[in-house]
Amino acid sequence: MDAMHAHPGVVSAHEVFPSEAEHHAHHHKQSFITKYIFSQDHKTISKQFLITGIIWAIIGGLFSVLFRLQLGFPGQAFPILETVFGKWAPGGEIKPEFYYALITMHGTILVFFVLTAGLSGTFSNFLIPLQVGARDMASPFLNMLSYWFFFLASIVMMSSLFIQTGPAAGGWTVYPPLSALHEASEGSKLGMDLWIVSIALFVVSILLGGLNYVSTILNLRTKGMSMTRMPLTIWAFFFTAIMGIVTFPVLLSGLILLFFDRNLGTSFYLSDIVINGQILPNEGGSAILFQHLFWFLGHPEVYIVIMPAMGIVSEILSVNSRKPIFGYMAMVGSLFAITILSTLVWAHHMFVTGMNPLLGSIFALLTLLIAVPSAIKVFNWLTTIWRGNIRFTPAMLFAIGFVSLFISGGLTGIFVGNATLDIQLHDTMFIIAHFHLVMGVAAFFGMFAGLYHWFPKMFGRYMNPTIGYIHFWVTLIGAYLIFWPMHYQGLAGMPRRYLDKSPWVSFNQFGELDKMISVVTIIVFVVQLMFVFNFFYSIFKGRKVTSENPWKANTLEWTTPINPGHGNWTGEIPEVHRWAYDYGKDGKDFIPQTEPVGVNEKIER
Amino acid sequence: MDIVSDQQSKKIHPYKFTLWVALASILMMFAGMTSAYIVKSNQAGWHDVVMPKIFWISTVAILCSSLTMQMTLRSFKQRAMQQYRLLLATTFILGIVFIVFQCIGFLHLWNQQHVTLKGSGAGQFLYVIFGLHVVHVLGGVIALMIIFFKEFFGRVKVFSAAPLEVATTYWHFVDALWIYLLIFFLWVG
Repeated sequence: MDAMHAHPGVVSAHEVFPSEAEHHAHHHKQSFITKYIFSQDHKTISKQFLITGIIWAIIGGLFSVLFRLQLGFPGQAFPILETVFGKWAPGGEIKPEFYYALITMHGTILVFFVLTAGLSGTFSNFLIPLQVGARDMASPFLNMLSYWFFFLASIVMMSSLFIQTGPAAGGWTVYPPLSALHEASEGSKLGMDLWIVSIALFVVSILLGGLNYVSTILNLRTKGMSMTRMPLTIWAFFFTAIMGIVTFPVLLSGLILLFFDRNLGTSFYLSDIVINGQILPNEGGSAILFQHLFWFLGHPEVYIVIMPAMGIVSEILSVNSRKPIFGYMAMVGSLFAITILSTLVWAHHMFVTGMNPLLGSIFALLTLLIAVPSAIKVFNWLTTIWRGNIRFTPAMLFAIGFVSLFISGGLTGIFVGNATLDIQLHDTMFIIAHFHLVMGVAAFFGMFAGLYHWFPKMFGRYMNPTIGYIHFWVTLIGAYLIFWPMHYQGLAGMPRRYLDKSPWVSFNQFGELDKMISVVTIIVFVVQLMFVFNFFYSIFKGRKVTSENPWKANTLEWTTPINPGHGNWTGEIPEVHRWAYDYGKDGKDFIPQTEPVGVNEKIER
Repeated sequence: MDIVSDQQSKKIHPYKFTLWVALASILMMFAGMTSAYIVKSNQAGWHDVVMPKIFWISTVAILCSSLTMQMTLRSFKQRAMQQYRLLLATTFILGIVFIVFQCIGFLHLWNQQHVTLKGSGAGQFLYVIFGLHVVHVLGGVIALMIIFFKEFFGRVKVFSAAPLEVATTYWHFVDALWIYLLIFFLWVG
């Protein structure tokens, strides 16, 4: 098919529209490789993103269990750790270098590989063509490349876990000068170079994916599907893709400069450094410059993580409340507002760098403004389920759980968005509690909700709901048990990133609390494994879906066959006559988007 | 069973649209770089460089190549294939000329002005930013090469102008990007 060259944006020499993939599907028998491995079908690519994401989630989650062992039981030996990790845990105790590598990789893996690629990659790929009424993405070939760049990035990052000096260790933000100097630590050696290469490949993957999402949404909507008739999922994926396209290249710029500093002798980020008693020749660099470039992506990144979850949750809440979404245009408007604001607040991560207080207060103001669209969304979700005819499916529970976590974690954002308060709280556990609730666990809940909800469309079978309920309750209670106490630890000034806090009398009082958190972490992790088992078991043995529209939903994906082939619809692409949220209208439980408007019917839009 | 439904087919070709979005993203990358330059240039220990004259020659080359690229597209649309091939080859060569002169410029800076990668002034930024730009021009040159070979050796005759239009837009973009970078370095540097 298409020719692809050195630059991701260039497509050439392809004389027909991408329907060629179609013809392949019809005229040629597909081999195993073209169907499951180098597939150009958006549904298969979505599952590839998902399963790669699940593997990463298990690894990233396991890392958190390991460093929680250290935090909950400092000084205690776990001989099994030495058996498995050898020199990284001599005598069964986690080495400081190992601990640092664990938290670094936990952050990198969860933020980038699971909650960006795994979440956005899975659902944008799966739902965009199905819900806007397209046979595939604007460029199925670039879409396939998007996955394979992610795969390459994964391989590089994975390999860094196994090298002698270990993976990158300097926090997922890889601040220089630590990350820029090979001699600074074990984790700043080859592991850091692999980290940079991996993330560069990852950026290419995100851009290729994002280009496709945006042009598919704008160009390939079916007849009648005006922008304001799109389900909120699509709006969320749309703004997410735009944010990614605009901000990831800036991270790439920052990483290129970092790579030059590390390997080619420049000093963009380095100045006046003494290491091991030796004065380095680097002069004139600014470490703060990297923080600006990093957080220009880093802050929108948390919205890149949370916005797909917001879209998924909006859809699921409406379907399972049998009520139209409350304030559709306000929902779209708030997504838009969040997108704009997200690029204007990055320096609130840098209040402690000694920035000009005036600048700090501007960033604090813009940060607090985000509370407005966020609150609009929360109230609209609550009013959507208010007096609804709620079906408590596992997907619905996770969607409600998402709203709960988003409120709990979001409110503390008002604390740390203030420069004055942040300077006190910045390096404490308070921050850990805040962002894990609001964008970590909440985004995971959105992802789980989406998986339980669209699993029947993905695999033609249901996941086991009983395991789903157990999964939900343990995860929800566990998440609060883990992260709620951290707020108090943070308010008491307990620092984050520390290997062992037991020598400090003032933090000793939290020793038992830390033990409890660690034990709950292990339980929650095991329950996630149960979910993974449920997922894979249900693909093959789950209860079969017998009707096209099992949730009685309005959106277009439920008009396709139970197991849609490449091209999604067997006949013509259906035409759309109304928005996606006609639930409980004119005495009908639901009216699909494809149903023509009645003679005397008044439609919302 | 076309992916593009009737209603949508009047709109901009999806590949062209995709390219525009991609250009926005490339632009952001260079915006990141030049903002970093501005931030750094206001700090202590900044060293300026004198822009080698050779970059003016490469500017002329890339401006000419934009012109020939546009003529290439026009002759393709008029199905003047002989002229089209000639112009495509000319554009390709001008692209190579640009890259070569950029490299000569780098060497001049390195050997005559003794600006190496040590340090963090305008020179180091110049290597990184202009270097990245060269990589993007190289992408365009490879695109032209593929179009050229498809024309000669492809089994299917290409009648749609869309791929060439995409390549043309990209080519003008890297040209405009170069003008921006040149003005930026002359102005701020």
